Amino acid sequence: MIIVFALFLLSLLVVTALAIVRTENLFVAVMLTSIFSLLMAANFFILDAADVALTEAAVGAGVTTVIFLGALALTAEREKYAAGGGRVAVVVVAILAALIIYATFDKPRLGDPDAPVHQHLAPWYLEKTPELVDIPNVVTAVLGSFRGYDTLGEVFVVFVACIGVLFILGVQPEHKLPPTASISAGLKHHLIPQVVGRLLIPFIILFGLYVQFHGEYGPGGGFQAGALIATGIILYALLEGEEEALRAIPRSVLMGLVIGGACLYGGVGLLCILLGGNFLDYSVLAADPVTGQQVGILLIEAGVGMAVCGALLSIFHAFAARTIRP
Amino acid sequence: MIDLALDSLSWVLLCLGGIFVLIGGVGALRLPGFYTRLHAASLTDSMATILIFTGIMLQAGFTLATLKLLAIMVFLLLTGPTASYALANAALQSGLKPDADQLGENTAGDAS
Repeated sequence: MIIVFALFLLSLLVVTALAIVRTENLFVAVMLTSIFSLLMAANFFILDAADVALTEAAVGAGVTTVIFLGALALTAEREKYAAGGGRVAVVVVAILAALIIYATFDKPRLGDPDAPVHQHLAPWYLEKTPELVDIPNVVTAVLGSFRGYDTLGEVFVVFVACIGVLFILGVQPEHKLPPTASISAGLKHHLIPQVVGRLLIPFIILFGLYVQFHGEYGPGGGFQAGALIATGIILYALLEGEEEALRAIPRSVLMGLVIGGACLYGGVGLLCILLGGNFLDYSVLAADPVTGQQVGILLIEAGVGMAVCGALLSIFHAFAARTIRP
Repeated sequence: MIDLALDSLSWVLLCLGGIFVLIGGVGALRLPGFYTRLHAASLTDSMATILIFTGIMLQAGFTLATLKLLAIMVFLLLTGPTASYALANAALQSGLKPDADQLGENTAGDAS
C-alpha cells in the first residue's frame, strides 16, 4: 500500500518538475517549487526520515517561497526568452541522464538490509547511542555529537550565505535610509488575516520552541526550529508591515543571532579543548560523560537554531528593504 | 457492535470527505472565471477538512492522536478560509472584476 502511495508521490514530483521547467511565468514557477518541496517532504516522511521531512517542509515550502517572492518583487514576472544553446544543452542533459540511469543499476534495492549504507557505520551508531549519549533520537545524536564537525560546517555555511546575501543586496545602516522608506504597511487594514494571523503567530513560535527542545526525543532540532520561528516572525512582518517587525527584532539583534549562534557552536568546541577533551567532544562538559554529551548537544542545537533563524530573517529583511526603496 | 457502528460511520465520513475534495477539484478546473473557481475550491475544502478529520478521529478513538488531529483540524479551518479570502482580496485589488457578463468570454479563453 505504502509503495503505491510513494509511486504516486514520485510521479507527481516528476510532473511538477516538468511544469516548473515548462512555465514561463516566474510567479507560477515559485508556487510550483513550493509544491515540489511539499511533495518531497511527504516522500521523505514515507522513507521514515521525519527530521529531513520537517526541514524540507519548513525551509523548502515555507521560508524559501517567501524569499523567492521577495526576489520576484525586484524583477519581472515573466521569464526572458534565451536564444541559442538549446541543442547543446539537450545533448549534455541526455548524456548525463543516461549516465545517472546507468549508475542506478548498481544501486542496492530500496530498504535492502545488506546495502552498504546499513552495514558500515549505521549499526555502530544505533548500538552506541544509548550507551554514549542516551537520547532516544539517534538522528540528533549523529548530527550533534558523532558528526558534530559536519553540523558545525553547515552552520558556518548558513553564516556565510547570510553575509553573502547581505553584501550583494547592500543593506544600508538604518540612519542612512530615507525617513519615508516604510511604504509597505503590511495587511494592516485587512481584518480577517490580521485576526487569524495574530491568533496563530504565538502558536507557531511555541511550536518552533517545542521542536527546538524536543529534538533529542523526537524529530526536530535547531535547523527546523530556526526555520519555524523565522516563519512566524515573517508572518508578523507580512501582517504588520516590515517596519513593525524590525522594531520588534532589530537588525542588530538578527546579526547578533547569526554571529552568536555560530560562535556558540564553535565556543562549545573550544570549551571542550580547554576542559581537556578533543574539539567538540562534549563528554568533558560535565562530571558524567553521558550528561556532558547531552549538555553539549543542547548547547549546539541552540546555536544552530539561533544562526538559522537569524540568517533567514536577515535575508528576508534584506529583500524587503530593497523592494520598498524607490 | 458499537465498534462496528463507529467504524462504518468513520468510513462514511471519510468517503464523503473524499467526494467533497473531488467535487472541489472538478469545480476548480471546470468553472468559468477566477472567483467561481476559488469559490468551488475553498468551500468544499473546509467541508472536506471537517468530514475527513472527524472520520480519522473516530478511527483513532480516545488517544493523544485525536487531540493532535483536533489541533490540526482547527489550524486548517482557520488558515484555509483566510487564505481564500486573501487570494480573492488580492485578485480584487489587482483589478480583476467579478463580472457575470464576461463569464462567457472567460470560458472561451480558458478552453484554449
